[in-house]
Amino acid sequence: MAEAAKMRPPIESGCPDAFQYMHPLMIKNYANWKYHDRPRPGVLHHVAHSGDEIWTVRVGTQRQLGPYELNLLCDIIDQYGEGYVRFTIRSNMEIMVSKKDKVEPLIKAFEEAGYPVGGTGPSVTMISHTQGWLHCDIPGTDASGVVKALMDDLYEEFVKEDMPNRVHITTSCCQINCGGQGDIAINVQHTKPPKINHDLVANVCERPSVVARCPVAAIRPAMVNGKPSLEVDEKKCICCGACFPPCPPMQINDPEHSKLAIWVGGKNSNARSKPMFHKLVAAGIPNNPPRWPEANAIVKKVLGAYKKDAKDWERVGDWVERIGWPRFFELTGLPFTKFHIDNWRGARNSLNASTHIRF
Amino acid sequence: MSDQQKPKNPERHSTYIQKEKKSTKPFHKTPMLDQLESGPWPSFVTGLKRLAHNNNMMVDLLGQLEHSYKTRLGYWKGGTVSVFGYGGGIIPRFSEVAAMFPESKEFHTLRVQPPPGNHYTTKMLRQLSNSWNKWGSGLIAFHGQTGNIMFIGTTSENTQHFFDEINDFGWDLGGAGPCVRTAMSCVGAARCEQSNCNEQKIHRLLVNNFIDDMHRPALPYKFKFKVSGCPNDCMNSIQRADFAVIGTWRDDIQVDQKEVKAFVAKKGRKYVIDNVVSRCPTKALSLNDDDSLAVDNRNCVRCMHCINVMTKALSPGKDKGITLLIGGKRTLKIGDTMGTVIIPFMKLETDEDYEKLRALAATVIDFWAENGLEHERCGEMIERIGLVNFLEGVGVDVDPNMITHPRTSSYVRLDEWDQEAAKWNERKQAAG
Repeated sequence: MAEAAKMRPPIESGCPDAFQYMHPLMIKNYANWKYHDRPRPGVLHHVAHSGDEIWTVRVGTQRQLGPYELNLLCDIIDQYGEGYVRFTIRSNMEIMVSKKDKVEPLIKAFEEAGYPVGGTGPSVTMISHTQGWLHCDIPGTDASGVVKALMDDLYEEFVKEDMPNRVHITTSCCQINCGGQGDIAINVQHTKPPKINHDLVANVCERPSVVARCPVAAIRPAMVNGKPSLEVDEKKCICCGACFPPCPPMQINDPEHSKLAIWVGGKNSNARSKPMFHKLVAAGIPNNPPRWPEANAIVKKVLGAYKKDAKDWERVGDWVERIGWPRFFELTGLPFTKFHIDNWRGARNSLNASTHIRF
Repeated sequence: MSDQQKPKNPERHSTYIQKEKKSTKPFHKTPMLDQLESGPWPSFVTGLKRLAHNNNMMVDLLGQLEHSYKTRLGYWKGGTVSVFGYGGGIIPRFSEVAAMFPESKEFHTLRVQPPPGNHYTTKMLRQLSNSWNKWGSGLIAFHGQTGNIMFIGTTSENTQHFFDEINDFGWDLGGAGPCVRTAMSCVGAARCEQSNCNEQKIHRLLVNNFIDDMHRPALPYKFKFKVSGCPNDCMNSIQRADFAVIGTWRDDIQVDQKEVKAFVAKKGRKYVIDNVVSRCPTKALSLNDDDSLAVDNRNCVRCMHCINVMTKALSPGKDKGITLLIGGKRTLKIGDTMGTVIIPFMKLETDEDYEKLRALAATVIDFWAENGLEHERCGEMIERIGLVNFLEGVGVDVDPNMITHPRTSSYVRLDEWDQEAAKWNERKQAAG
């Protein structure tokens, strides 16, 4: 009790006020901006109704930052910028400055320190990713490593604006898909039902919750070797891994059978078409650290076809909608299988109920 | 930049690793991770190695990560760790291979709420980094997928010390578990001319109103707020948020015809027709013979495309407000769902307007807390009970903007049709 009395009660301040950290020009012209343009890849230029102008330099980072990286980046921002920085949803840093002539020295300083400037407009920007083996309790693969390997290969596409429209790539280390929807998504896809450690289930898992968690009702309580446990109807099981987080003895991750799948055409924006989900295009890809070459090759194949065939302003999903899925598989050379035909709820909506066919 | 290019100042470069080793534990061999140190993109492995020069925890963390790469399996398990007074906000991680890597046997993450729009001063970034270097591994992720600053890697004991220190200079934990989670907002009105609402104010109004529901997880499952200033939805709120607030406008697009003509002169008619006019999803645009632009505003769906292309000539209207969508989430358990329009348009100008939004959020959370099953997201509950039952539960009238098209099946009881039609007519009359 004496110890508890010494504990410091939290200040429940919640989400802090951003105005204390905002660039002064952003505060002055809050809700009063007029237009923007992009003078070069990696740079945004915003003009306010007041006539004020602000330049933003966008820098790619490794997302996981230690004191060396943070101080190095902050030193550059203090010396060449004005001490103000924000992060985009895709872990890029944005450094705001009030004068045009500060832009080039700032870019030069970042590039000399090994940090790429880009990720604006029709580029392949930083991949949004999850924690993976570094910190997650249920990952089928790593996240930072997949992203590092792919961004090394796509470096030129980050620093240039050479794509038909912006490309958002995402990765997810399990089928929950924390990485979100992407123009191209690389996600873990398990291919075998969980292996159950029956000795542990009774002590570790709340069995009714696990039964309830299964999307296809394939799990039921059972006595195994005289102990209360769970069993899986392997004919019904879709190998999604939803039972694993609430019940770690239902081991879903497997070095060989946890594969990667690639999904295409997700889009969050309402621009032109309504938001879209990504669609399965390739699976059975080996989970192959440290550089996942097989997954990278398919991503690059899709990107190559998109870059060559899509029209200006078409996102990957817009492009495929125009050319049709048969052409997508033709242009990418990826095999079309029975697994591409949906059988989940609402699947009929994805079938072609027309004579609209391209030859 | 090619790989072989030597940095001018190797000590001020993302590839630099200090010579001095302060950690006492010898390094594990990491042949697989080492392969992620080459290449032009800044390497997180080099970053982890720099930290391993400073502390033994990161020496063993690198060892465990290499072990994961070698065996292709993860080795963290969850548990229960919290700071005094809170029930959530920390992601506890205990190593399953602590016998091999004892120094990182506890490697917890603290989720901390960033300000809306993720604005920082370098001074504050350094201060956060210093505190974390003192009480944790030093490794920070900017930001996690929900939007938190993730302070990765510390012991159970030090979570409290670190929290106490940063809580004193203005930072609070986010959500973890079945609770209201940390929210996200775009840069919005701070720097973007396409903003239609005060993202900063909406974000803090919503989240800070439910701070108790964030710190003491007691809801069916997670509940996420996201705020995007325009339909470009840079926060991916329709697909990722239970409660998506998106700025929009209901009057006419603002057109500066002089700038339209300048754009046509610069880019050419073909470009404007192919990339602006014919990309309008509702055919609401037409290029006039004199190179000015005609807009059919009644049929504009506020998709943003033409405004994105012609940033100088076109901008959102002046009668701004928000559209509210509810029920977006990722795959678990019924498959991915997008949010559904619940409020097609509402103004957010007066205190009463903001209070209406706050009250609606409270009603939605209360209704879901009462009716949602364990581990069922709000959108999944709506899928299970039907949109109409949800609307009646939260007291929102039906609106044709909520649907893509009306029902196509006749298998439905319609014996109260006249009463429902009368309600519609009454509402129409009341609206004048």
